Amino acid sequence: MQTRNFCIIAHIDHGKSTLADRLMEWTGAVSEREMRDQLLDSMDIERERGITIKAQSVQLKYTSRSGEEFLLHLIDTPGHVDFSYEVSRSLAACEGAILLVDAVQGVQAQTLANAYLAIDAGLEVIPVINKIDLPAADPERVAEEITSILGGDTADILAVSAKTGDGVEELLEAIVNNFPAPTGDPNAALRGLIFDSHFDTFRGVVCSVRVVDGCLKENQELLFMATNQRHGVAELGVLTPHVKTVSKLENGEVGYLITGVKQLDEIRVGDTVTEFGTDLPEPLPGYQEPKPMVFAGLFPSDGDDYERLREGLEKLYLNDTSLLWEPESSRALGFGFRCGFLGLLHMEIVRERLEREYSLDLVSTAPSVAYRVVLTDETILEIRSPQDLPDPTMRTSLEEPYVRAMIIAPSEYTGTIMELVQKRRGEMDHMQYLGPERVELTYHLPLAEVVFDFFDNLKSRTRGYASLDYEPDGYRVSDLVKVDILLAGQPVDAFSTITHRKKAPDYGKSMVERLRELIPRQMFDVPIQAAIGSRIISRETVKARRKDVLAKCYGGDVSRKRKLLEKQKEGKKRMKMVGFVEVPQDAFVAALRVDDGAK
Amino acid sequence: MTGATPLSPDDPRLAELAAQWRSAYIHIPFCASVCPYCDFAVVAGQDELTDRYVTALISEIEMHPDWETLDAVFLGGGTPSRLSPALLQKVIDALRNKFGLSSDAEVSMEVNPEDWDAAYAEDIAAGGITRASFGAQSFDDDILERLGRNHRAHHITSAVEAARQQGLSVSLDLMFGEPSESIESWARSVGSALDLGVAHLSMYALTVEKGTELSRLVLDGAEAPDEDDQADKYELAFEAVQAAGLVRYEVSNAASPGHVCRYNMSVWAQGDYVSFGLGAHGHIGGVRRRNVRRLDRYLTEVEADRRPTAGEDRIKEWAAELERLMLGLRRAAGVHMGVGGRTFVEASESAPFFEREIIEIQDGRLVVLQPLLTDSVIREILGLVDAGQIESGDC
Repeated sequence: MQTRNFCIIAHIDHGKSTLADRLMEWTGAVSEREMRDQLLDSMDIERERGITIKAQSVQLKYTSRSGEEFLLHLIDTPGHVDFSYEVSRSLAACEGAILLVDAVQGVQAQTLANAYLAIDAGLEVIPVINKIDLPAADPERVAEEITSILGGDTADILAVSAKTGDGVEELLEAIVNNFPAPTGDPNAALRGLIFDSHFDTFRGVVCSVRVVDGCLKENQELLFMATNQRHGVAELGVLTPHVKTVSKLENGEVGYLITGVKQLDEIRVGDTVTEFGTDLPEPLPGYQEPKPMVFAGLFPSDGDDYERLREGLEKLYLNDTSLLWEPESSRALGFGFRCGFLGLLHMEIVRERLEREYSLDLVSTAPSVAYRVVLTDETILEIRSPQDLPDPTMRTSLEEPYVRAMIIAPSEYTGTIMELVQKRRGEMDHMQYLGPERVELTYHLPLAEVVFDFFDNLKSRTRGYASLDYEPDGYRVSDLVKVDILLAGQPVDAFSTITHRKKAPDYGKSMVERLRELIPRQMFDVPIQAAIGSRIISRETVKARRKDVLAKCYGGDVSRKRKLLEKQKEGKKRMKMVGFVEVPQDAFVAALRVDDGAK
Repeated sequence: MTGATPLSPDDPRLAELAAQWRSAYIHIPFCASVCPYCDFAVVAGQDELTDRYVTALISEIEMHPDWETLDAVFLGGGTPSRLSPALLQKVIDALRNKFGLSSDAEVSMEVNPEDWDAAYAEDIAAGGITRASFGAQSFDDDILERLGRNHRAHHITSAVEAARQQGLSVSLDLMFGEPSESIESWARSVGSALDLGVAHLSMYALTVEKGTELSRLVLDGAEAPDEDDQADKYELAFEAVQAAGLVRYEVSNAASPGHVCRYNMSVWAQGDYVSFGLGAHGHIGGVRRRNVRRLDRYLTEVEADRRPTAGEDRIKEWAAELERLMLGLRRAAGVHMGVGGRTFVEASESAPFFEREIIEIQDGRLVVLQPLLTDSVIREILGLVDAGQIESGDC
C-alpha cells in the first residue's frame, strides 16, 4: 500500500479542523455516529478558541478513483503565530501540505507564514480555497491572491466546502496524485523522527514518530540519539483516530511510540531514534527547541493560593515543556512565579487554564521580553525581568530581540498601520500588493513593542481586518533604560520596566498618573515618581487626606456608623504596605492592566 | 440651663454631665417631598396618615416600660413641621404623662422654613417646644433648588424671626459642598446665618449615601462632592463661626454657651435615650434598639399592641469601650482616655497622629485637634482590637 504524509496549514478560523473532520468522514475513519465536530482539537480551550495547540496525527485509508489503495497520514498543525515552531515540527514529518484559505477572508498573515515554512521545508503545496458555500465567498479574488504569493496557475487551485463536503473527493485525488510518496530505505538502519510528544496520565510519555528509514518494531531496544538514552519499545500504534496498536511502523509511516519514559522533559522533540547496538546512522536534521519569547510574573491574588499555582504550573508543564517558570517574589504582589511563554496567546492560554482548571485568580505583571546585557567584561547575560538588570556601571550595552512581522490588510489601512508601526519603532522591510485592494507589509520590530497590545491596536485600527504573524529576527543593540516607579521614595518592583529611552517618559508619566488615581489619599502627601536610576522623569503627588469624617453621627446612626467604620477597618487590613503607604491590592492590578495608555 | 453662667459648649464638664441626661427621640417621617441626599426613614405624599401615625406614636409611648424623667426631647424627621401644632402637642403630652419632663427640659423640633409662620410658632411654643432647628441648608436660592429643597432664603429669615418672637432657642442646619456651590456662595450662607444671630449652627458636608437619589445620579455620572472643596468650606465656616462667638463643640456643631443640643450631647456621651416612631433608634443600658423602617409595618405592629422593634444590639465590654471613643472623639471636649484610649496611645499606630498634631492628650482626655480627620483616628482605634463582642439580633 502506498503512503502519503501531509498536513493542513491555514490561518486561524479558515476551517482546518473542519476539513480534517471531513477527510476522516469521507475515508470512513470515523462513522457518522461518532462524528464530533473538529475531532482533532481535544482540549477545551482549543475548541473554544478554535485553535489547535498540540499536533496530532491520524491514519486514513483511501482507495483512489483508479482503484489504488493509499495509507494517508494527516498530521495536524497549530494555527497560531505563537506555535509556529510546532508547525515546523509537523512539516518535518510530511511530504505535502494543503494550504487552506478562506474564500471570504482571503490570504492572511498566518497563511503566508505557514506557506513559506512549507516551501522552505521542501514540501509540495496544494492551495485550496475553503468555505465556497458562503454567500460572500470570492474564490476568484482569493485565487489571484494565492498565485501572487506562490506563483502558478489559478486553474490549479482547488475549491472545497469543508462544511458541505463539496470538492473533498477532488482534494483526496490531488493528495494521492500530487504529493510525493515518502522516500527512505526500508533496509537501512532505523531512523525515526520524534516530531511531538505529550504526557498521558496512564501511559506516560507518548511520542509522535515518523519513520524515515528502516522499521520500528515491538520490543526493539532504541537509542534516542540526541539525549543518548536507551529505551525499549513498550507500545507502537496509530490513531485512526481511534488508538490502534501495531507491531511495527515501516519507513514512511507515522504513528505513536511509548517507551517507559515518565517525564516529558526526558524526551527531546526533534530527536532521532535508532536501534540500539547497530552502527549509528547520521541523525535527522531535527529542529531547535522553541525558546520562550515573552515573560511575565504570575501571582495569585490571594497569597494562600501560591501552592496551588505551583501545582498548576507543574501539571501544565507535563504537557508543555515550552513553559518556563521560576519562583519570584514581589514586594507589591507577594510570592508568585516568573514565567516564560512562546508568545502572548500562549501566555493567555496558560493563564486561562490555570484560572479555570485550578480555580485560581491570578495577577499578571506587564509582559516583557528577554534582553541581552553585554557586561563590561564582554560576557553576555540574558535577563528576563527588569529586576535582574545589572547596574549601568556593570554593562556596556543592552540588546533587545527583534521580530520580522508580516501584516496583511486591506490597502486602505496602509496609512494607519504605518503610523502604528512607526510609533512602535518599526522599520519597513517591504510592501507587496496581493491584489488590487490587499497589501502585505513586512517590518522589523522590537518584540517588546509587539508583545504589548500591538495586535489589539492593529485590530482596532483596521476594524479587525488586519492579520499579523511574526518570527524571531535576532537581537539588536538598543538605547534601553530601566524605569522604576517609586511610592514615597520606595521602588515598587512590579512596575519596573525596561523600555527604549525615547519611550521612558511616556511610560513613566502614564504609570504615575494612573497610580495617582488608584492610590487613596493618606495621612501625608505621597509622592509617586518615575525614575531612570536616580533621575526623576515624572512625578505626581497624592495629596494628604483632608477630610475623613462623616458629617453626621446622631442617635440613629451609632450602630450603622460603627459597622461602617469596622468594614472600612477590614478593608484597611487588606491593604499592602509599601513603606508607609497603604495601597489597595486591586490598585496594583488595575495599574498593571494592559491598555492603550500604558505604552 | 444649669446655674447662672452656662458652661462653654466645649467644656469637658458639660460633655461628662451629658451622660446623665435622659432624653427621648421622636421620629416624624412625613415630608412634602424627599430630598435627593436623604437616607432617613421618610415618606412623601402620605400626609393623610398623620393622625393615625400620631395615635400609633402615643400607643408606642404608652407601651414603653416606665423610665426616668426626661431632660431632653428631640422631634426629628422627616419633617416634624408637617404635623399641626395640635398633633405635636399630643405627642409631647404623651411623653410628659409617661415619663415626666424636668423643669428645664429642652424640647427641640426640626422645622422646614417654609412650614413656619408666626401663628404656627406661637401655637408650638405654647405646646411646650423650647427649641427650633431649621433645615436652612443654604441662603443661595440656586443651591436650595439643586438640593431639592422647597424653601428659599427669605423663608429662613422670616421663620427665624417668628421663632425668636416666641423666645425659642434657634438653630440652623446648613449644608456645604454641593458641587456647583462656589466658595463665595457658601461664605455668604454662613454670613447670613450668623447675621441672624442664631444660638446654634450645624454645618454638614453634603454626603452621598447609598440608596439615595443622589447616589443614583452620581453613579450615572453626575459630579460628586469634592473632598478638598468640602474641607476648604468646612475650615472657612468654622473660622467664621468661632469669630462670631459661637463655639464648635462637635465635628459639625457650634453653639453659644447654654445652647448646645442636649439630646445630641447625650448621644455623644453614650447616654441613654428612648425612641419612638418609624425607624427610630434607642439606647438603654447597653442595648441599642431599632424600630421597623416601613410605615405600614410600623402602624400594624403598634395597632396590634406590639412594640415595633426591628432588632437589638447588645453592646458589651470592648465594643462598648470602642463605641464610647467613637462617639466621644467627635466632641471638641474629647473623651476620657479609659482603657481603650490608653491602648491606642501606647500602640505604635498612634504615633503618626500625635506627630501630625491630629490628636493630643489634654488633662487625661484624648482630643482630636483636626476634626476633619476624626474617622482616621477612630478607624485606627477600631483596628487595634477585633470588636466581635456585639451580639446582634434581628426581630
